[in-house]
Amino acid sequence: MRIQFKTSYNDDIRLFPDRWTLGVYTTLLVMAFALPLLIGEFYLGEVTNVLIWAIAGLGLMLLTGQAGQVSLGHAAFLAIGCYTNTILIEAGLSFILAFPLAGVITGMVGAIIAIPALRLHGIYLAIATIALSILADDIIVLLDPWTGGVSGKFPDMITIFGLEIERWSMPTRFYYLVLLVTILCTLFYRNLLRSPLGRAFAAVRDSEVSATAMGVHIARTKTKAFGLSCMITGWAGALMGYYAGAFNNETFSLVISITLLMMIVIGGLGSIHGAFFGAVVVAFLPQVLSILKGAVLGGGVAIPGLETGVFGMILILFILFEPMGIYGRWLKIRTWFELFPFARKDMFRRQKSYLKTERLR
Amino acid sequence: MSLLKIKDATLKFGGVVAVDDLSLSVEEGEIYAIVGPNGAGKSTVFNLISRFYQPFSGSISFDGQNLLDRSADQVADLGIARTFQNIELFDHATVLQNLLVGRHRHRKTSMVEELFFAPRVRREELAHREAVEEIIDFLDLQPYRDKMIAGLPYGVRKVVELGRALASGPSLLLLDEPASGLSVEETQDMRWWIDDIRKQMGITVLMVEHDMGLVSSVSDRVLALADGAKLAEGTPAQVQADPAVIEAYLGAGAV
Repeated sequence: MRIQFKTSYNDDIRLFPDRWTLGVYTTLLVMAFALPLLIGEFYLGEVTNVLIWAIAGLGLMLLTGQAGQVSLGHAAFLAIGCYTNTILIEAGLSFILAFPLAGVITGMVGAIIAIPALRLHGIYLAIATIALSILADDIIVLLDPWTGGVSGKFPDMITIFGLEIERWSMPTRFYYLVLLVTILCTLFYRNLLRSPLGRAFAAVRDSEVSATAMGVHIARTKTKAFGLSCMITGWAGALMGYYAGAFNNETFSLVISITLLMMIVIGGLGSIHGAFFGAVVVAFLPQVLSILKGAVLGGGVAIPGLETGVFGMILILFILFEPMGIYGRWLKIRTWFELFPFARKDMFRRQKSYLKTERLR
Repeated sequence: MSLLKIKDATLKFGGVVAVDDLSLSVEEGEIYAIVGPNGAGKSTVFNLISRFYQPFSGSISFDGQNLLDRSADQVADLGIARTFQNIELFDHATVLQNLLVGRHRHRKTSMVEELFFAPRVRREELAHREAVEEIIDFLDLQPYRDKMIAGLPYGVRKVVELGRALASGPSLLLLDEPASGLSVEETQDMRWWIDDIRKQMGITVLMVEHDMGLVSSVSDRVLALADGAKLAEGTPAQVQADPAVIEAYLGAGAV
């Protein structure tokens, strides 16, 4: 059993609460950096894909898991990030400027779109944001001169101070770029969690009435949540564009939005780990399925809708048996080992919630 | 000069008059209690002060400033903190995080600074934490510091909510039924705390409460409400002896 001995308030603010966690995450980071030496190019590409999904997941997690606002429109923000980045580079900006700017612009668009969406709650917000996903497709076609419309766009090679990065010919360099962005986004997320804004998000998520009474401006806080979430999603979108090598109006469809939301639910809402666990499932499941299908039925047999069907099944099973997602299950298993043999079966059972103040206004 | 002054406030929901031409003033440093039968409009008065409701007519001023000029989220900035009748805590956060939200009005850092966790953010966080720890010491919440609200018993939640309001460093504290649902011992504790909040922290308290034992032992003045209108006002003994109050609670001819 691990015992934390805290001697100053700073111990609760530090990135890593104790030496053990510091060790674990340092090892993880070292392994991530050494990964290109350990695995082949194909699998390195797959891991890169996982990381890009994880960044997108972090973006949506911030909005849904932290601030409690459901969005089924995040594919649109992936698209905005992707197209902005490409257009800025085509306009002559260098990647080192265009990429951060693409995220910031996506964030600002997200914040503006959030303003009418602020009055909506839960399922109504989800429905309103679906419209965004559907609209994005048409808008990309309409903006043909900038976006290339149906024929799409092919992002150029990335150049950072003369260093060339390309997904197909130099997967290792591209992997390191994605890894750096992932680390940065994770750090941003973690910093928010330990500062007043992150707590304001949680306050808005759990009780708008008392958040207001504590001086939290609900609309402003939600706008910030949308903005920050879309910024991170925009970066993921730009990287997705590079990863795919080509994109058009159909690349960022509603299905991507739904997959993203599913991903963070399966991973575990409200945790950084959840975004990563979910990304692993979403990125590897198609591969695992096709390998399994090949082993069972032999190659060449096509089963339409198999992937979506299995995804749906997994989601339903998670909601029924593990609403806290993979991360929740991981916590339970860890606690069982840490407390062995004192873990009790109902330690994680939810307390019944008490009466809620009737909605004001 | 009174700290809080409500003058001729009226609020109607459709045909129901929830607050009827009500005037009251709370002096600095006093404990003022509002009592009355269910549906008398006690909590509505609180919601008027918190600016969740807009009165039809009348004025509310706090510390010489017109409260009606402020929006609901600006009320906390003036130094008014409140608790809720049915406990409105942030369930999926720890006790410590809940109390730190109470410090929200004292934050000075911007979003960008927080994103990069600038040194100033850390300094501020440490200061907030110190302020919150004092509240934790005051309310004996040490065993629950890192516990999730969702797993805490009712009595503790009630105390955490009081703590969150105190963490914002208010000059006026609104307590909506601080003792409802509490055991006899917990009510006793609440009584001492309310007394100490006034004595040690110098905070003015306005509370709504049904428990007459608690009301008469801590409050300086009591206001009895019925159907949104003032029935009687005075010391606890005066109000309890008032014939109009007895009639409202027990019916005509009960004495």
